[in-house]
Amino acid sequence: MTAQPLSESSKAVIDGWVKKFPKDHPRAALCGALKHVQEENGGHLTDDLMTSVANYLGLPPIEVFEVASFYDLCEFQPIGRYKLAVCTNVSCMLCGSTEIVEHLEKRLGIKMGETTPDGLFTLRDVECLAACINAPMLQLNDKELYEKLTIADVDALLDRLIDEAKTKE
Amino acid sequence: MLNEVCFRVMPKDIPSWDDASLAQNNTWTLEAYRAAGGYKVWESIIKEKTEPRSIIAKLKKSVLRGRGGAGFPTGLKWSFMSPGVPGEKYLLCNSDESEPGTCKDRFILTENPHQLLEGMLIGCYAMGAKVGYNLMRGEFWLPFQRCEAALKEAMDAGLIGDNILGSDVSIHLHNSTTLGAYICGEETALMNALEGKRPHPRFKPPFPANFGLWGRPTNINNTETIASVPVILEKGADWFVDQGTEKSGGTKIFCVSGHVNKPGNYEVPLGTPFSELLEMAGGMRNGAKLKAVIPGGSSMPVVPGDIMMKTNLDYESIMQAGSMLGSGGMIIMDESTCMVAVARRFARFYKHESCGQCTPCREGSGWVYRLLCDIEQGKASMDDIDRLGRVAKQIEGRTICVFGEAIAWPVEGFLKHYRHEFEACIQRGKEG
Repeated sequence: MTAQPLSESSKAVIDGWVKKFPKDHPRAALCGALKHVQEENGGHLTDDLMTSVANYLGLPPIEVFEVASFYDLCEFQPIGRYKLAVCTNVSCMLCGSTEIVEHLEKRLGIKMGETTPDGLFTLRDVECLAACINAPMLQLNDKELYEKLTIADVDALLDRLIDEAKTKE
Repeated sequence: MLNEVCFRVMPKDIPSWDDASLAQNNTWTLEAYRAAGGYKVWESIIKEKTEPRSIIAKLKKSVLRGRGGAGFPTGLKWSFMSPGVPGEKYLLCNSDESEPGTCKDRFILTENPHQLLEGMLIGCYAMGAKVGYNLMRGEFWLPFQRCEAALKEAMDAGLIGDNILGSDVSIHLHNSTTLGAYICGEETALMNALEGKRPHPRFKPPFPANFGLWGRPTNINNTETIASVPVILEKGADWFVDQGTEKSGGTKIFCVSGHVNKPGNYEVPLGTPFSELLEMAGGMRNGAKLKAVIPGGSSMPVVPGDIMMKTNLDYESIMQAGSMLGSGGMIIMDESTCMVAVARRFARFYKHESCGQCTPCREGSGWVYRLLCDIEQGKASMDDIDRLGRVAKQIEGRTICVFGEAIAWPVEGFLKHYRHEFEACIQRGKEG
């Protein structure tokens, strides 16, 4: 199988991860590698990319699929430019995450787990992200947290992201 | 006595714990940590060539217990790492904070990363490990950035790396990441996660101190535990013990979330009455009545509010109240809270996070969740309440790791104290 080749920058990042671990255990770089190539690929992994990572680390591809498929952060389908991961676990639920979810679904016209037809937003209903004291909250593209959310905060965030997408086009 | 151990770099009174507000305090730099007395202990250990065993003896005396949830005595754990074994040994910091209700480690990693590094250095030195790993959950983006920046600062200052501060001591520390799964917080799953394998828990024995990372002796501690070490050594084991009670020495961070006016992390002496903590957290939101508290993260049984108001926050008292101190993730619920809904939401979490390795957990977690959904929606029969208890009970003790207990204990707690709410849901369903 000819795999989608890794970019030079990906190789450099993976090399950095490999250096953190004993030299006969490059496999330990796998999570760091997958995280990076997923981000560089616009937020999701492909079979080809995972095969390339496997080849680069000297692993059978199946072992890379096995790890990737276990984890919540790995995406296997194209996702929106903005992934909004809303925590709905108990501390957030007690502080209004249900209303945040309802508002997001209504305003974006999609359900949790779906992507808007314009490819801009993906909604994810996720488990505790360790921000219980700032509930309710969401995480944008697996990075920044938006905490102590109100409906107005959500609207302001969506407006900003829509504007940002327009100016980048 | 507030925030004097793990959060000592932070202002005493923190009005808001969100990342944006905290960023203004600039507490995560080497400069800020030094200003709070940071790395003094590490420098003196290197300078005086402190006997490693004396460090472990001090920790034993301090009665520090594991802050991740299990409460295992830290000094004892460190003493399991036999100094005589040749070859590589590892220290692994468990920063996979994912227990619902718990959000203390994220703030140590983000706001006070140098103290964790100093704790890891001391741990490596005391146990004869030359390499330490800090493994964070994949969702910890800002914490990871801050820990990487702190590591670079400390290496540039000669505090970490080869020939530390001109001595013959060499210790290397690294930050690593998972891709997000609650089970990674189980210590043997954490090792598999770091090795780049599926994070399935391993059988014990062999224990990590004998056969850990890549088969080498490994010691695993929670972030808060390791971050406590520099302050304990600086101020003395007696000072630390004196903060708490005889059996529960020291301070502990409680993450107070839910229906309170000032949710936040409160690092208080163990033995502090719950009522005082509730007051620090601004009391109940909208003056509502306290109904129930989950005192130690989602895996611990719920405690009714009136019992909690008479309970002190230490390992023994919370156990007497019928629960456990666990991780210190304290979820406060007012009288408007539906206990069936809370139990159902936790059950969804455990169903989602079961690693699938053991049948009782993989199948039982889904069964518990479906029964709770049926009960909440009024589609169940009264027999289903007993069935729920039975299914949960049958998971307990029949799995490789304690995830099975984490499913069972909360269910048992909810049924013990709030069975009438489960019955009411079913009754409402029957009446249409």
